[in-house]
Amino acid sequence: MAIRVQEAAFDPGAEVNALHAANVGVGAVVSFVGYVRDFNEGREVSGMFLEHYPGMTEKALGKITAEAQQRWPLLKLEVLHRVGSLEPGEPIVFVGVASAHRQAAFEACDFVMDYLKTRAPFWKKENTSAGPKWVEGRESDHAAAGRWTKP
Amino acid sequence: MSVNVQYFARYRETLGLDGEQVEGNFPNIDALRLHLLAREGVWEVLGEQSLMCARNQELCQLAEPLQAGDEVAFFPTVTGG
Repeated sequence: MAIRVQEAAFDPGAEVNALHAANVGVGAVVSFVGYVRDFNEGREVSGMFLEHYPGMTEKALGKITAEAQQRWPLLKLEVLHRVGSLEPGEPIVFVGVASAHRQAAFEACDFVMDYLKTRAPFWKKENTSAGPKWVEGRESDHAAAGRWTKP
Repeated sequence: MSVNVQYFARYRETLGLDGEQVEGNFPNIDALRLHLLAREGVWEVLGEQSLMCARNQELCQLAEPLQAGDEVAFFPTVTGG
């Protein structure tokens, strides 16, 4: 399991290929890539700054990936999240999951993103046409995360 | 007792402070929050319903008990991903 929190840009294609490299037991790789949009809540966005809580960020992501490993039979799991200044079109986050069969990979990837969005200490501040603006948390994200705790 | 309090994102900006040592008798995080809220003015931001908190870098509830030397963080709803 790999967790990376970095300012540097990354290549999602290279990350996907690395999940399969040298392991022919991997039958399925599912990945999610989140990108910076140029528009949000009716305003143009020219870029954003991602703040985080160094120390807690790594711990929170470690907890989330450990839980995903407990719930599904995974061969590899990678979470990569950028911090600092980002421009529209750049990837922000990558979650990649490798397993023997697709179901576990699909579900684990979905789970990790839902928990990351509601439990990992990152905050987005957008540079909008109306000035800098902190992005507010969304109820739909909490509802999505809640799906995983239902019996 | 003394606790190390950290503020992030919009709270950090509103308060003009990223962290401080706070002295007092705080049985739990909510007691600490109410102590800070009593400073009034910009500190009213800690009265938001959506406030989140962490103790020693783990998410927790406001009822979480505190011990001397703990690191406590207050922040708005997280928005990563």
